[in-house]
Amino acid sequence: MDLSPEDVAEILRAIDGAEVDELRLETARFRLELRRTGAGWVQESEVLGEPEIVELEVEEDGPATAAGWAPVDGLHDVLAPLPGTFYRATDPGAPPLVEVGDEVDEDTVVGLLETMKLFNSVHAGVRGTVAEFCVANAATAEQGAVLVRVRPA
Amino acid sequence: MTIRRLLIANRGEIAVRIVRACRGLGIESILAAADPDLRSTAARLADRTVRIGAVRSYLDVERIVAAARLTGAEAIHPGYGFLAENPALPRACEAAGIGFVGPTAEQLEAVGDKLRARSHALAAGLPVVPGGEVPDTAAGAALARELGFPLLIKAVGGGGGRGMKRVDDSAALEAAMATAMAEARGAFGDARLYLERYVLGGRHVEVQLLGDGEGVIHLGERDCSVQRRYQKLVEEAPAPGLDPELRARIHEAAVRFGEHLGYRGAGTVEFLVAAGDFHFLEMNARIQVEHPVTEAVTGIDLVEQQIAIAEGRPLALTQEDVRLTGHAIECRINAEDDDFRPSPGTVRRAAFPVGPGIRVDTHLARGADVPPFYDSLLAKLIVSGADRAEALDRLDGALARCTVEGVATNLAFHARVVAHPEFRTGGVDTAWLSSS
Repeated sequence: MDLSPEDVAEILRAIDGAEVDELRLETARFRLELRRTGAGWVQESEVLGEPEIVELEVEEDGPATAAGWAPVDGLHDVLAPLPGTFYRATDPGAPPLVEVGDEVDEDTVVGLLETMKLFNSVHAGVRGTVAEFCVANAATAEQGAVLVRVRPA
Repeated sequence: MTIRRLLIANRGEIAVRIVRACRGLGIESILAAADPDLRSTAARLADRTVRIGAVRSYLDVERIVAAARLTGAEAIHPGYGFLAENPALPRACEAAGIGFVGPTAEQLEAVGDKLRARSHALAAGLPVVPGGEVPDTAAGAALARELGFPLLIKAVGGGGGRGMKRVDDSAALEAAMATAMAEARGAFGDARLYLERYVLGGRHVEVQLLGDGEGVIHLGERDCSVQRRYQKLVEEAPAPGLDPELRARIHEAAVRFGEHLGYRGAGTVEFLVAAGDFHFLEMNARIQVEHPVTEAVTGIDLVEQQIAIAEGRPLALTQEDVRLTGHAIECRINAEDDDFRPSPGTVRRAAFPVGPGIRVDTHLARGADVPPFYDSLLAKLIVSGADRAEALDRLDGALARCTVEGVATNLAFHARVVAHPEFRTGGVDTAWLSSS
């Protein structure tokens, strides 16, 4: 059991009139710090109890990681500038923006990366030919993960 | 039906909010959590957590229903966003004999499509903004001549501020429609658009409803005019300086709309208020982010009401039971930098104000991950007072006592908004933020 906001309010009422400027409570389940400031009380709290996790059986691929892809000689790595979800097309029904073998230049958009509901274009960054996709469509990518590789012209 | 075990199919602050409501009601809370959220505050608070898999699992109806079955949950609360307004979820719940905390699939369909919602509004006798569907750019140009500029392009499948574009002159219309159509197809799987006259100087005022399928009551309005790119940032109740007679007409129109649908659950009817008049915009058939401001001025717990309605109970409140007292303001604290760019990361420290008239709904704590895959809401700061002046006064002190380290936030932005003389006066319109 953690402390509810009502519990915290009650603790606060108890100490507000007293000559107390700081209170720290920590149990196996929660941590609470109350601190008096010029403008009023501030709280920092944390639930420490570990979640009780039940597994639902699902099948899927994990996210692409930056470490999982060693550089390949002669190929240019297009990296994820932010962590996010990588899309190869502008909408689910549309054909991919580029395919392996397509010629691209620096500004060619090779995919989209969605981060917190904002879509950013991913540019090839170099003139050449698309060599491979390292992340599947709609898969998640960590920051710095290799999304696409381009063989420079 | 009595709900003894509830599956929460959401994350972040709203998941924490619903877990706490369950605790208050003696209901066992089961959280459906995707991999990035397995160690979140909501997961630690919930009685149990079901791991549903990768990032996008919150959008997977089958997985959510399977999670409820696996844990023996009697009902599913969808929160807001994700599957909250997807009729496929209540349908799948019904097929599985599981309750859904929300309206019927038919009601979600009636309001989920903006054109259908508009025709329901007309049928219920509500005023709508002049406009209509435009199948192609030629039809768009013809309707635009009738409506005049500026106008708004809206995605039929859009909502919650997504899929809207303002166009200021006819030269820009064709290109804007083409882009909007492509975006709408991508974002909502529905390329249909409609055009609407852009109402200058309009305020966004919305009315909170509760319905049990038989009767509908309102819990007053909220003013959500402080918006950036149609995303709400500050909300308050009641709407400052609204003419009492106009306010009553807006409440009455919202109830009429809810009654027309035979609405069941908590929902919000949104209006555009300008020049002493109002127009129907859309209905959000779910709990909303900004629901705490209504809770603060009514003392009514909306999530508890939702659960009671889902249990099939008639509304325990009459319209006369709803008493509005004082004033409440909410600031949405988002993980974004000064240029409104998203700022995911790991929170090193999160400290929030505590005291009379202050409520903070958040999932943040030291060490919490703010994953890049979901929206950027970190916390909601809600202050209330006997009147707006007292609420504003509290808000100043409360904002100053918020500290989030490790990710960038819009706290400084909120301090500027709240200090602005026009916001202090009250009653700014939806264009105010971008113009000042």
